Amino acid sequence: MSDLQPSTVLPGLRFNQRFPLLSLIIERFLLSLVLLFAVSVLIFGGLEALPGDFATTYLGQSATPQAVANIRAELGLNRPVTTRYVEWLGNAVQGNFGTSWASKNSVSEQIGKRLGNSLFLAACAAVISVPLAVGLGMLAVHFRNRLPDKIINVISLAAISLPEFFIGYLLILFFGVKFGIATFPATVYDGMAFVDRLKAIALPTATLVLVVLAHMMRMTRAAILSVMSSAYMETAELKGLSAFRAIVKHAAPNALAPIINVVALNLAYLIVGVVVVEVVFVYPGMGQYMVDAVTVRDMPVVQACGLIFAAVYILLNMVADVLAIVANPRLRHPR
Amino acid sequence: MKDYTKHLASRVTSGGLSRREFMGRAMAAGMTLALADQLFTESAMAAEPKRGGHLKLGLEGGAATDSKDPAKFLSQFMFCVGRCWGDMLVESHPLTGAAVPALAESWEPSKDAATWTFKIRKGVKFHNGKDLTIDDVVATLNRHTDSKSESGALGVMKSIKEIKADGDNLVLTLTEGNADMPLLLSDYHLVIQPNGGKDDPLASIGTGPYKLVSFEPGVRATFERNKDDWRTDRGFVDSVEIIGMNDATARIAALSSGQVHYINRVDPKTVDLLKRAPNVEILSTAGRGHYVFIMHCNTAPFDNNDLRLALKYAMDRETMVKKILGGYGKVGNDFPINSTYALFPEGIEQRVYDPDKAAFHYKKSGHSGSVLLRTSEVAFPGAVDAAVLYQESCKKAGINIEVKREPGDGYWTNVWNVQPFSTSYWGGRPTQDQMYSTAYLSTADWNDTRFKRPDFDKLLLQARSELDEAKRKELYRTMAMMVRDEGGVILPMFNDFVNASTKQVKGYVHDIGNDMSNGYVATRVWLES
Repeated sequence: MSDLQPSTVLPGLRFNQRFPLLSLIIERFLLSLVLLFAVSVLIFGGLEALPGDFATTYLGQSATPQAVANIRAELGLNRPVTTRYVEWLGNAVQGNFGTSWASKNSVSEQIGKRLGNSLFLAACAAVISVPLAVGLGMLAVHFRNRLPDKIINVISLAAISLPEFFIGYLLILFFGVKFGIATFPATVYDGMAFVDRLKAIALPTATLVLVVLAHMMRMTRAAILSVMSSAYMETAELKGLSAFRAIVKHAAPNALAPIINVVALNLAYLIVGVVVVEVVFVYPGMGQYMVDAVTVRDMPVVQACGLIFAAVYILLNMVADVLAIVANPRLRHPR
Repeated sequence: MKDYTKHLASRVTSGGLSRREFMGRAMAAGMTLALADQLFTESAMAAEPKRGGHLKLGLEGGAATDSKDPAKFLSQFMFCVGRCWGDMLVESHPLTGAAVPALAESWEPSKDAATWTFKIRKGVKFHNGKDLTIDDVVATLNRHTDSKSESGALGVMKSIKEIKADGDNLVLTLTEGNADMPLLLSDYHLVIQPNGGKDDPLASIGTGPYKLVSFEPGVRATFERNKDDWRTDRGFVDSVEIIGMNDATARIAALSSGQVHYINRVDPKTVDLLKRAPNVEILSTAGRGHYVFIMHCNTAPFDNNDLRLALKYAMDRETMVKKILGGYGKVGNDFPINSTYALFPEGIEQRVYDPDKAAFHYKKSGHSGSVLLRTSEVAFPGAVDAAVLYQESCKKAGINIEVKREPGDGYWTNVWNVQPFSTSYWGGRPTQDQMYSTAYLSTADWNDTRFKRPDFDKLLLQARSELDEAKRKELYRTMAMMVRDEGGVILPMFNDFVNASTKQVKGYVHDIGNDMSNGYVATRVWLES
């Protein structure tokens, strides 16, 4: 064994050693592709397993057997599953998600619009919530176990304990119905002025901020606190650094990895997990689009949405991992 | 009486009384239907519809999967959208349900009701400026009757053998006589499009009071007024915006904060809360939709008429209407027709909850043990509660019902029309003939009670081609009695359509044809500033 190993494995090792970060990113990327492929199989298989097919579900009570048969024939639903899967994947890889069975619109075009809306909402929520959460987390650590810390904790715990639709309804009730200062419903459409768009999404953005804030804030606080208890922080304190400086300069960088992770998770949630918020605020995003499609088994749409959601999750996780490694060089050399 | 009706008429003029309320009260005061109708029309005219304004509707039922092709209209949302931009050949009278002219000016049947000649209106322009011609009409009907079509009206149209133009007239030849042919053409899929929509079914070009400006499926549709509309008694607002709102709470919030003028599908459970909002009016309209408990007449133990009768007598209809519909509905009588249909068979005794009779028939049936009832929340709103209520009322008659809650996903594929005893929902149909043909004819695809009776089928066919109304009414009465006493349907209630608007909205017509003023809400109302 020992005399075989150097010749076969060393070249790879050398590349690894020379470009540890690059090779790690490549490795992660390839792994993500495999993962995406596995997800595509799951999505397709899962949809096949659902009871009822498009033709019957879409036509519902107004369907005649003739119309059902016509639709099935037109969509080629009579062909074997594997044929349809390979065909779909082949097109999807080229960025062609086909046309919606129900509305006959191009799925890619529709998703372009919907994903744009979802990303816009998520970006607005992220721009507010991420700095706020990290800032509040640091503030909580600075005042730990004193009044500001307790207030921050209680409020964030309350926000995280309420289901998002309830927060949404409360905001609608007070700002939409009672005071009438916020725009509701949050319907956005093509050709809407940017300012109107911002006004329209004020309430859903506020809801999302409240929902994700606590999670990120508490993780920031916990991560920094755990670093604070380590020996070098004690040294920093003994050196006579101010508490704030110690947190920002010495504790925060070492706590970055877990914070980045929880931020990435929450960002992913903001894009793919906000179906309820979209429904409550009548916001035309991806979640609503996918739910509509699942209801009538509009396969091309569901598949495309599923794949995109998976890609978003995988991508954000990958970025989080890479960033964590950048922030903490020790992680580059796994033992 | 004169003073009273005058008072009513003045309330109509001031917008405080709807057509339905007015008609109900005027008729109760001894007026005839025709007179009351005329008086209402006069009074409502005196209310002077105001033109202008931007009308916003928040509707349930839109989805990203909605298609602009009228052949594929399915959702409530598209139903309403289609009514805004398109016209059918025929409409139904909002109050009597009879056929009234639209793009067809008049019509004439042959003696056996198997050939119909429709005179097509002249001087009507499509939104793109093109004149409406007989060719457009023929092409439209051809598209919806093609056996390869995916049209939702395919079932309605399958009795048409030949569609042809005779000069400027449309001649339809049917496979058999059908006295209801004009009404069938009021189906909301049958929007007349240029060249039948064959060039571009999604173009949304019609002859309706509004032109479609923008459309995003499941999100929003906007319209502007068609200045060249061929009618002056509709299309009062300058522009219409229909927003898809599938969340019930969102609809209520939008209405009570004044962001929209009208919402559909108000939940009976929350309607009392909504009533408290100062600027809101509840619009409840009697409908033809009904909630049913269906038994397969050919499957044991339901193949025994005594057991079926026992289960019918064990249904407490009044409680169902009160608890499940919140009072917004009418009790049913175990046949799928109510007084909103033309030629409704009057005077049939109302079946009431009678545990003793139920127990008697149950004993006579010889059945013992429990009866399995499958239900799901998707069957109709409150279906699971209704099943449990029914279980309770059956208990008093000594009948043990076992309620099984099925998953909503796949209920229509795996349970309804498959399992022998389940809960379900039927929407109304324009005519009695259609209702019976869809669900009670032996050969019907959706004979979900497996009611297979050659004598019933014969009556149905006989009534279909009968042009004499009195004779027809008698035939429908006999059929209703058969379904009521021997059929497999337990029909506890007809649900009202419950919608709501702000008080700004005037001129709402309580149309018995279908929900949302038969889809015409946007074309019929106006806004008081």
